[in-house]
Amino acid sequence: MIFPKIKVLRSHGKQYIPDLDAVELTTEFRGRPELTADDDRTDLERAAAICPTGALTAEPFELDLGRCIFCGECARRAPRNIRFTNDYRLGSPTREGLVMRPGQQRVEFEQAAVRPEIRRCFGRALQLREVSAGGDASVEMELGATGNVNFDFGRYGVGFTASPRHADGVVVSGPVTANMAEALEICYEAVAEPKIVVACGTDACSGGLFAGSRALDRTFFERHEVDLWLPGAPTHPMIFIDGIRTLLGHKRRE
Amino acid sequence: MNWYLTDNAAASVRLEDIPEVGYAEFYDDLSARLADGRYHVAHYFALPADDRLRFYCLLLDDAESKVLLASHSLEYYEETALPSLTALHPSLHPFERDIAERYGVRFDGMPWPKPLRFPHDRYDRSSTMDDYPFYTMKGGSLHEVNVGPIHAGIIEPGAFRFLCNGEEVLHLEIALGYQHRGVEALLAATGNRLRQMCLAEAVAGDSAVAHATALAEAIEKLSGRGCPPELACERTVALELERMAMQIADTGALSMDVGYQLGQVACEALRTMTINTTQAWCGNRFGKGLIRPGGTDHPLTAEKVRMIRENVREIARRYDEVRRDIKSSPSLLARFEECGAVPREEMQRIGGVGQAARASGLARDLRTTHPWPSYAGPRPHDPVIKRQGDVMARLMVRCREVLQSAEIIGKLLAEYDAAGTRPSPDYAAPLAPRSLSFGLVEGWRGETCHVAITDAEGGLAAVRIKDPSLHNWLALALAVRGEGISDFPICNKSFNLSYCGHDL
Repeated sequence: MIFPKIKVLRSHGKQYIPDLDAVELTTEFRGRPELTADDDRTDLERAAAICPTGALTAEPFELDLGRCIFCGECARRAPRNIRFTNDYRLGSPTREGLVMRPGQQRVEFEQAAVRPEIRRCFGRALQLREVSAGGDASVEMELGATGNVNFDFGRYGVGFTASPRHADGVVVSGPVTANMAEALEICYEAVAEPKIVVACGTDACSGGLFAGSRALDRTFFERHEVDLWLPGAPTHPMIFIDGIRTLLGHKRRE
Repeated sequence: MNWYLTDNAAASVRLEDIPEVGYAEFYDDLSARLADGRYHVAHYFALPADDRLRFYCLLLDDAESKVLLASHSLEYYEETALPSLTALHPSLHPFERDIAERYGVRFDGMPWPKPLRFPHDRYDRSSTMDDYPFYTMKGGSLHEVNVGPIHAGIIEPGAFRFLCNGEEVLHLEIALGYQHRGVEALLAATGNRLRQMCLAEAVAGDSAVAHATALAEAIEKLSGRGCPPELACERTVALELERMAMQIADTGALSMDVGYQLGQVACEALRTMTINTTQAWCGNRFGKGLIRPGGTDHPLTAEKVRMIRENVREIARRYDEVRRDIKSSPSLLARFEECGAVPREEMQRIGGVGQAARASGLARDLRTTHPWPSYAGPRPHDPVIKRQGDVMARLMVRCREVLQSAEIIGKLLAEYDAAGTRPSPDYAAPLAPRSLSFGLVEGWRGETCHVAITDAEGGLAAVRIKDPSLHNWLALALAVRGEGISDFPICNKSFNLSYCGHDL
């Protein structure tokens, strides 16, 4: 039965994105916000009041991408002050780097914060073990999509393994529930040194919508250093790909 | 027995209007009704009210398109056990387990008295994930296989324990709760309605539109603000796009598990195209931010309507080619057919819902039986039904539903008026105090139910959420009985149930 297969193949054509660094997302996509301060703070205060995660503060005027779920409500309430661009270069090696301030034109990637062994050991191949700890399946599906026929992140030697024993690091998604805390710790311990930790998604970065819930246990992040913080609800595959490539020194953010 | 009779289009109900009956009467009447296949329980939960625990039951009558409400109550510190309804009707097991786990209510004769999701506010804090009471069997040739909570792929956690005789699975037990984030408690703790909507979207990220629609419906019924036809049309398009995306994703996942690479990559590309269509509409690939009470932030423009129509037509055309290829590949049929069958009677007994139930011959589809106010698709909706109940039937239901959804979207958008009124979201509309309302929506997995209860000031006092997975996890456990353990992955993918939707 070869004819139906030929038909599928012909329609499928070529799907992979030839140059991942040249990808531009739709203008509807809400990525890096641009903040503009002005004297009238009424709109800004209204926007901060409705922010579902408390990511936006009017005084000082800051938007913490580690807490932002990119609902876009603040940009509708305070259009003079906040505008979301389609820039997906959101990853940062420091948690502080995710805090956006007026006038900032990019999410700073502090090169000095990257441990030197990361680029030495993983620059050419990085295998990761993903652990969902309360993730709502959207971040997980986006991480799965990084390896699919469109994004094909495997072309750079980056992929996901089934066993932590084969992995060079752990990607955590979800706010880390108390019921999952122990399994996450065991998985982390099972990865051989040197290893990295990636917090993927706003839920992982801060708890996101679930911050403060009694059902969470986020002590994992107190015990272990995070090498890469990736905001997003969910984290678009390009946020992940760009973040990892910048971490590994494949590209610079300028 | 006296039930409060309503339907999925009616306004909210005042709490005092919901009849309260004695448990004996409730038990007799509900068990008699459930013996008739036209009824099933959409939700049954308990809530503390003053010094009592009040139990609410939402019963759906598929034949008459009605929703029946009743309640009974118990002194909060009453120690007497209630006779278990699960003993007669296994479909009630998740509800009784939930009530027992949260409030310590004992159900006499409960055949499966096990924890459900280990919530943070459980009655017995000494019961933990680590000592889940797995069922065990003894015998020389039997062995156990433990899987999870962390699985091999990039998916959510859950613990599976197989009891096997050689390759054959005798029993599978699924222990969940790892994903419990306390969504219901957070929903009731905030008065910020935008935050409530965002939480609903995060109940299960792959069903963000279905869950958000269910909560928006419940809120709109409480505020009495209806939904203009253009908005209803947009919500239906969003929901059907979500259905297409996930049914295509699962077709790809099933293809992957049997080594059918062509189908896998074709479906990956088609899913990307579907969710990118949603992203080009609202900025989020999962439709987060699209559904808001009383209005929308992303009204469709004529240009977006054209974009969606073109993409959906192309996706359906290419997907249909994959479907034809599957049906003409004997090696695929040999893997999918007669694998993981759940017969109709069994599905009925355990209360299966959604596409899995339809694959077993149960005509359960809320779009047909209980269309919600903002459902704008064809009425009556013609549900896709298959009889075999095996992996192939579940796959074929998916295939047909992708094409059906594409058709619904095409029809809706052909007549869509991009100049129509679509108000902005209303986060401040006052809600009826001391009332109950529900949103019942047919998501891609099935029956999605949000029940909202307001306090004296009109704030949300409690929200009770039911994801269709709550019912269907047991169907997966039954599907693998008697199968080789190596068939588990395709049985699992053929259901693709939600962990976080179950654990809340």
